Amino acid sequence: MNTANRPRRKVYVAAGYNTVSMGTGRKEFSPKKPRPGLEDYIQQAGRGVLGQIGGAKNVDEGVIGNFMAARFNSQGNLAALIPAIDPGLQYKPCTRTEGACCSGALALMSAVKSVLAETAETVLAVGVEVQNTVKAVYGADILATAGWSRERKAGHAYFFPGKFSDRAGAYFQKHGRERTRKAMARWYRNAIENARLCPTAQEHHNTAKDLEALAMAEPNPKSFVEHLNFYDCSKVSDGACAAAVLSEEGLRRAGIPKSEAVEIVAWGQVEADLTRAPEDPTRLETTRQAVEQALKAAGVATDRLRTVEAHDCFTIAGLMAVEAIGLAKPGEGPDFVLAGETSRGGRVPVNTTGGLIGWGHPTGATGVHQAVTLWEQLTGKAGDCQLEPDAKRPYGLSINMGGDDKTVVAILYRKGG
Amino acid sequence: MDYAQRLENVAVLGAAGKMGSGIVLLVAVEMADLGLKPENKGKKYVLHAVDVSHAALSGLMKYMREQARKTAEKRIVALRAVYADRPDLVENRDIIEQYVCDVLDVIRPVTVLEAACEANVIFEAVSEDVELKARLLTRVAADNPRRPWVFTNTSSVPIEEIDAKARLGGRIMGFHFYNPPAVQKLVELIRGRTTLPEVAEFAQALTKSLRKTVVPSSDTAGFIGNGHFMRDLLHAIAEAERLSREMPFVEAVYAVNRVSQDFLVRPMGIFQLADYVGLDVCQCILRVMDPRLPGQNLRSPLIDRLLGLGVRGGQNHDGSQKDGFLRYERGKPAGVYDPEGKRYVPISEFQATADAKLGPLPEPALAWKAAVRHPAREKVLADFFGKLETLRTPGAELARRYGARSREIGLGLVRDGVAAKAEDVNTVLLTGFFHAYGPINDYFSEKVAR
Repeated sequence: MNTANRPRRKVYVAAGYNTVSMGTGRKEFSPKKPRPGLEDYIQQAGRGVLGQIGGAKNVDEGVIGNFMAARFNSQGNLAALIPAIDPGLQYKPCTRTEGACCSGALALMSAVKSVLAETAETVLAVGVEVQNTVKAVYGADILATAGWSRERKAGHAYFFPGKFSDRAGAYFQKHGRERTRKAMARWYRNAIENARLCPTAQEHHNTAKDLEALAMAEPNPKSFVEHLNFYDCSKVSDGACAAAVLSEEGLRRAGIPKSEAVEIVAWGQVEADLTRAPEDPTRLETTRQAVEQALKAAGVATDRLRTVEAHDCFTIAGLMAVEAIGLAKPGEGPDFVLAGETSRGGRVPVNTTGGLIGWGHPTGATGVHQAVTLWEQLTGKAGDCQLEPDAKRPYGLSINMGGDDKTVVAILYRKGG
Repeated sequence: MDYAQRLENVAVLGAAGKMGSGIVLLVAVEMADLGLKPENKGKKYVLHAVDVSHAALSGLMKYMREQARKTAEKRIVALRAVYADRPDLVENRDIIEQYVCDVLDVIRPVTVLEAACEANVIFEAVSEDVELKARLLTRVAADNPRRPWVFTNTSSVPIEEIDAKARLGGRIMGFHFYNPPAVQKLVELIRGRTTLPEVAEFAQALTKSLRKTVVPSSDTAGFIGNGHFMRDLLHAIAEAERLSREMPFVEAVYAVNRVSQDFLVRPMGIFQLADYVGLDVCQCILRVMDPRLPGQNLRSPLIDRLLGLGVRGGQNHDGSQKDGFLRYERGKPAGVYDPEGKRYVPISEFQATADAKLGPLPEPALAWKAAVRHPAREKVLADFFGKLETLRTPGAELARRYGARSREIGLGLVRDGVAAKAEDVNTVLLTGFFHAYGPINDYFSEKVAR
């Protein structure tokens, strides 16, 4: 058993808050009208948490996950936007984390480690990204910095869709295209159907009828990539998510009963060499390592997972994550999804508020959003998205991935108390 | 001289105008793309953008910068391959900036007409005035030893006539872009009797490369597009004048405009379209057509009168609509001009009365946008016009007469050999005028027109 990935002291997550994931698809979104900025999102999410934990006086430390505000918003020094949430946070220690799309989970891990180090009882963890400041064609440049810069020149105009298109192509070749393509379409349908239940989701207003048929659209490599269509991709999103990471003492101070919090049971935090291509493009090896570490450290098998928050930046990444978790053998992820096992009524519902494709993917916020969703699900606060609790399957697992399976954090939760 | 060599030196006359600027954009992009091909490395592609005012040319260059950027953004996937040998261009942003520079680098904005004498190909897009066209082309192309090929963007003047007046010896062809040229897919190609075959071949190659929908028209004043539009407009004016014996003039104009849009499922009413084109442009076109097509009475005293009163239509520089037959608020008709009172009467003052007189639309109503997007477009249109046929209201009656007249005009264009076939007439109206259905259809029978 790997004790390094298990807390020596109880650590909880509670008081989650998500802003709307704003972008195309939301009725109120208009690219031509002025929109809230980075600090507005941070403040809304931060204040949403402070309101649930008795205010800023109960916060010992702040941490903010963000990928590339330096380019999306010409803003650096993001830790200094935490005191802008509330005057009570002025002069408290704050940190910013960056690990591309895994920045949010790195913020959570930073918070967890502060609580474990006993330098804080309560940490306010925020994740944020505001990406609609630039057109998608320029946003692709910014997001490409999650890859190795030396690969940019030879890379696709839409760099990451290009990377995962290549992975999809390799997967099609190894395991067959038709079945995989259908499973990708089903993944999209599940994402949208779940997002429709969640008022903050970017696809909440989606009313398209035959989602699977829509998602079977042939990719157009002339204007996009070879093996993915637009439905296979998460959208461009603005949003922030926040939660409190607390010790038992932190919970007591905040007046939150353990039953209203989730406990972090274990985690896997894994980094792979940015300069090396994946050995097998049909598998997410780093993700597999992270999940394995978390599950091993907790001594928990996959049959005890009630729900999973997977990093489906692309539908194909969702299918590969199912295999990396061990829910299906390599090459059998599509069958698992097509059998309905990841759907709301299936064995392990995945991404119950829509995931990156349905809820949205404000890159730096995603890891925190996953924690908030699992907190809601495991404590019965998920509203229309709520799953029936199952005593035999008390765990929730989140996987947040930065870049092409490079920076990965998997966190295992269960209801506190 | 092959296609790429011929495009090494081009001139556009009237480059800063509505049509000219679109032509500059399309051709400059085509030239920049040629210049970026490995086999053309080292060759210099030059487009002389000739116009009369420096201010207008500044506006042209601003438009070009914006449009070249949009073009690059849209074509980024292909452009990354084009610039693959440039290690300094890494991000999409770098490549887009470079492409904008490469396109702008082709263009030489000038006010001196003689710059066009260097060109192998001259696009002419000045106003619809035969004498002006002939005068300019004589100066730059008639005795030019380079023997440049001329493509005139006329929408009405017979090519053979310009050829004779400018002494071009068949080095000319009609190349009628629709407005705006960069967006509109349709090009009417008009080959005069004297047009040299190699000139026609080049025009075909260029339209293919620009991915345009080509419809050939015979060299008859007005061609297919204005051949239909002008007669359609004159029918509308005649109907409005007839109605104005029973109702105020402004109501009659409103009624015909509404019928031609809502009852006929067109993108805009006929008087709004005339305003969009500009009443001055309509007058010019009619003045070209009328004497060349005798016995058809292709003139409008009403348009002449309105222009005399300073009512012109057309667009402002920002693309917004100027007032003409109608007054516009945020792009939508809000008033109708009364030439007696010399003022615009707000539509709200008479709309309810006029609508009541016209009677209801067939149920369910079919908006143009819904029709063009409908997967079973022909069926919904047939249903709509089938119901229209059964309505005994003044609105339905006007619409039936209108649809039948439009059909008759279309058939006339085929009968007179202006269009080679009915499909060509329909393509022009569907593509160039964004109609939901062609004028030659089964929705309106001829007996109604009679």
